[in-house]
Amino acid sequence: MAFFTLNGKEHHEQPKAGQCLRTFLRQLGCYGVKKGCDSGDCGACTVLLNGEPIHSCITPAVRAHGKNVISIEGLTDGDELHPMQQQFLEARGFQCGFCTPGMILTACALSEDQKGDLNHAMKGNLCRCTGYRAIRDAIEGRAELSVESQPGECIGRDVLPPTAHSVVTGQEDFTMDAAMDGMLHLKVVRSEHAHARICAINTQAALAVPGVVTVLTWEDAPTRRFTSAIHDSHLVDPDDTLVLDQVARFVGQRLVAVVAETVAAAEKGCQVIEIDYELLPMVLEPEEAMAEGAPPLHRDQPDSFIINPGRNILVDIDLAGGDIAAIRQQADVLIERTYSTHRQQAMHLETLGSIGWIDEKGCLNIRTSSQSPFIAKQKLEFIFNLNPCNVRVFCKRIGGGFGAKQEVLTEDLVALACLKTGRPVSWEFTRQENFIGASVRHPATIKVRLGAQKDGTLLLIEVDSTLNTGAYGNHGGEALYAGSVALGHYRAPVKHFSGRSVYTNTIPSGALRGYGLPQTLFAVESCMDELALELGVKPNALRRQNMVGANDRIVTISDEPSDVVMGSYGLDQCLDFVEAALARKADQQGPSGQEWAVGEGLAIGYHDTVPPTEHRSTATVLLHDDGTYCLFTGTAEFGEGTSTVHLQFAAEALATTPDRIKLRQSDTKICGWDTGAFASTGIVVACQATMHAAKALRERILIHAAQHLGVEVEECTLDSGGVSSSCGGKLSLIQLAELARHKGIKLAEKRKGYGSPVSVAFNAHGFRVAVNRITGEIIILQSVHAADAGRVINPAQFRGQIEGAVAQAIGYAMTEDLMIDRAGKVRNPDVRNYRIPSFADCPETEVFFADTVDSVGPYGAKGGGESPFNPVAPALANAVQNATGVRFRHLPLTPPRIYEALVSTFAR
Amino acid sequence: MDLHGIEQVLPANLLDRNLSSWRAGDAWLGGGTWLFSTEQPALRRLHDLMAIPIGSPIAEEDSGLTIRSTCTIAELQQHTIAHNDWRAASLIGKCCDSFLAGFKIWNAATVGGNICMSLPAGPMIALCVALDGTYTLRSCGGEVRKVAALDFTIGDHDSILAPGELLQIIELPAAGLRRRVTMRRFSLVKDGRSSVLVIGSHDTDTGAFALTVTAATSRPVQLHFDKLPEKQQLRYSLASKIDPRLWFDDPNGTPDHRRHLTTFFAEDVIKVLS
Repeated sequence: MAFFTLNGKEHHEQPKAGQCLRTFLRQLGCYGVKKGCDSGDCGACTVLLNGEPIHSCITPAVRAHGKNVISIEGLTDGDELHPMQQQFLEARGFQCGFCTPGMILTACALSEDQKGDLNHAMKGNLCRCTGYRAIRDAIEGRAELSVESQPGECIGRDVLPPTAHSVVTGQEDFTMDAAMDGMLHLKVVRSEHAHARICAINTQAALAVPGVVTVLTWEDAPTRRFTSAIHDSHLVDPDDTLVLDQVARFVGQRLVAVVAETVAAAEKGCQVIEIDYELLPMVLEPEEAMAEGAPPLHRDQPDSFIINPGRNILVDIDLAGGDIAAIRQQADVLIERTYSTHRQQAMHLETLGSIGWIDEKGCLNIRTSSQSPFIAKQKLEFIFNLNPCNVRVFCKRIGGGFGAKQEVLTEDLVALACLKTGRPVSWEFTRQENFIGASVRHPATIKVRLGAQKDGTLLLIEVDSTLNTGAYGNHGGEALYAGSVALGHYRAPVKHFSGRSVYTNTIPSGALRGYGLPQTLFAVESCMDELALELGVKPNALRRQNMVGANDRIVTISDEPSDVVMGSYGLDQCLDFVEAALARKADQQGPSGQEWAVGEGLAIGYHDTVPPTEHRSTATVLLHDDGTYCLFTGTAEFGEGTSTVHLQFAAEALATTPDRIKLRQSDTKICGWDTGAFASTGIVVACQATMHAAKALRERILIHAAQHLGVEVEECTLDSGGVSSSCGGKLSLIQLAELARHKGIKLAEKRKGYGSPVSVAFNAHGFRVAVNRITGEIIILQSVHAADAGRVINPAQFRGQIEGAVAQAIGYAMTEDLMIDRAGKVRNPDVRNYRIPSFADCPETEVFFADTVDSVGPYGAKGGGESPFNPVAPALANAVQNATGVRFRHLPLTPPRIYEALVSTFAR
Repeated sequence: MDLHGIEQVLPANLLDRNLSSWRAGDAWLGGGTWLFSTEQPALRRLHDLMAIPIGSPIAEEDSGLTIRSTCTIAELQQHTIAHNDWRAASLIGKCCDSFLAGFKIWNAATVGGNICMSLPAGPMIALCVALDGTYTLRSCGGEVRKVAALDFTIGDHDSILAPGELLQIIELPAAGLRRRVTMRRFSLVKDGRSSVLVIGSHDTDTGAFALTVTAATSRPVQLHFDKLPEKQQLRYSLASKIDPRLWFDDPNGTPDHRRHLTTFFAEDVIKVLS
């Protein structure tokens, strides 16, 4: 008798006793059943069990016995999409696509009543990319997008992502959606202590577990120190990390790897590893870590990059432009305030993971969830001293990144296991591991000093920032420098930025959307409101008076020669949009009751479109024999949507439609160098390379055609069918390809994109909030965002990026906080207690685009995936201050904090 | 998630007299929604209470409501109460809505499972305590005891259940169901896990008032009054009768905020019931 029916087909396989339905279905090939949380909180694994939607990760597989299961793969027969799939496709109800199968299956099962309250009905389905508006539209069947594009006219259109169909059908191939013959599984033992030296590791019991193949400890690992941070140059981060170290510097640091035939055996092996620790003194906060006598984390074998290993200071900077002492004398008003921010986890729905193997030619292949396969490859070459020809790193689709995959955290250990065993090895982080063993946004303490004349003229901006880089220095320097950008959007004769990144025995901080700027911008934009209060002027008037204008240079600290240029200017438009939108609803009321106070606030900011570190990308475009094109780019797709823009750019230049171009990407074996999909460079660097390559190919084709037609190049035009000359001759693309083949030439061009000069993108965000002065609850009544990202290439996608960034920033400002206890242990390493925003927590944000065309960016575009994050937290704090009269200088703004500050001021 | 340590899943009958084969490393499997949500390294066998169908999960009689512990949240929520004078029955829907988990979990999670988990924020605990519920427990040797819902949960993830002991039946008496009730709840995110859940119940025949506090405290607390108390009396009772160490501290709330909200909500509840 069959065990159960899956998507209409009977299956005789029996699950293991403690197996959950999720892994059982994946074992049977249904890879559309995703693992987001593995604890029943995110809904990515939703399937229908006898027609009822359930979380398959917490459903015992034995419960499916005799029942009928429908997964995303079986939602429809054949090629026709289910209406809900069609709605998700049309409304762009997805970005990375990892949550999409679960969203669609849940939405399919909703009653009409439930559809009337999606906040409640969909609370068991989390999306980290979209901010939910597009998903709501999809479920409710709304889509008003300009999908149609004409050949050569697809800039500014809502072109569908090339993978849209495979995302909504669950066919898209994500990192861990693969199994190989003889594949081993890796699990790690992580440190229970914040600071300890390993005296001995007893591996005997683990090696005796049936199925365990090998156990790896620090004694098996290479001795080359490296940094897990990914940057074009490895010299901007300290080499302070080992694949496996003899010293544990934070709770959760990986110490021992067990490699086994099954996940179960590896896990069992980990349970019986015995580690004998010598506990070392520990420090959790930067202030203690810099004090005399504090235990140094990296004194032994320090990289000279670390400025003061004895005091745990990774980087220390102090940059000033102008005469600070003199200007302080001139200021009529001088205020100094201290702000602080907390740890945020990226919580991409796909956890970290990679699969490695050594092929028949001896080449190490790594399939990974990374924002930069090329630099991951370089790191593996360096760590293991491998010839570049013998390493390949590639990415399939990635389930969200947000910067947190700008890090090598799995590839190195998988590589070590492959090299030791000679067999394929898979390592997938559990959700808990992703909370305790990956990276977080740097917690920061920021002191701001602003000085102004009575008339509001800003004279002085001083920012002092202390970042907690955690146990390792990955991104600790660059994130600190990035914070100085918060000084750039106001004119002031004197600017001063100082700061330091400090090692502590806590989870390492790393890259995350906004990268060091959200922290300092929160401080500066909060302080501008405080200065306005002090001066007795309106905060927005003060901003207008002092913000950079179209003809100003952007000066963050001093007016040194720089490649940052004002390629376009839309800050004034952004501020206008937000002010006008807030004014339109000025009489909006909060809930009734004296305890509710209503107020509004906004914040502005700018972002460089390329990071100060180098950024490069290569694109190749060629014409196939069948008259279609192929485009190669190194950039990975994790929902940011650059794949769509690559096709739009190539189609624009080649006068064709995106469906005539096949995209191949993120594979070091077939693509040219790409620094990576981070720092908002997707369009301005990687797509720029595509634009150049496609334009070059167009010229190449025209020259080739002109020769055959016997006419001048100027007389020829390329369209989607081929080349025609004004004299009447015509050659189809297929004919042109054939002629080229006979001649022995390739109709292919390769070009590189670079990130200099750098332009600037602007943003403004406004909120109207109601604050309950008794409970401390904040209700967002209105949320408005305006972005100046130059020419908007794909409005639907860009709106999605903004909404997603705003949602993530609302989480940062209000609900998310990775808490660490006194022993250095994460208190809430699970989705249930970490609390990213759900449907109900995300208000709909009104989105406006400034009307600008950039002189630097390709097709007039600027980057915009990160910068909408930045002004959200200060706008919220400003609105809460406006409502309550109380200034909150410490994130996040949680009800316990709000209540604590307000209860004394509110007479009941 | 996969529970790799589990070697066997055995069918079990909720209403069986005894279960002599119980041993260390065993656990009851109800809906499995918590059991499979976290690692269970100590467990080897699961006794599956849902494997054998045992008929209707809810029985409504004049004496009260009898709920089998394996009744799912969805079944409880969909049950229509026939007794018009059971004013407190409105709490059932409200408490079902107080789960952090969404409706898909309700299809699997059980009333008994939520009670036995003994989480401070367990809404089925709040419901049963507020309505003066009684639990029937049966040890693996077959001995049966009845306990008040209030006495069952003794701390965060801690109850009086002995190893192998099983919660079989939950009884909510008609007397409790006839009372006037009001509930207040707060969570740090919209529709999230309760930070505070306060229920006031007023017996309009005797005038007696009971205040049930859950989620804010690490175990349920109930304060009894002969009549609806004045603000001062209420505040005094909250301050003097709740051990300060009970105010719960976890990522979903702080002790101070929870104490503050409990007082605020308790006053509000009394205002509504007055």
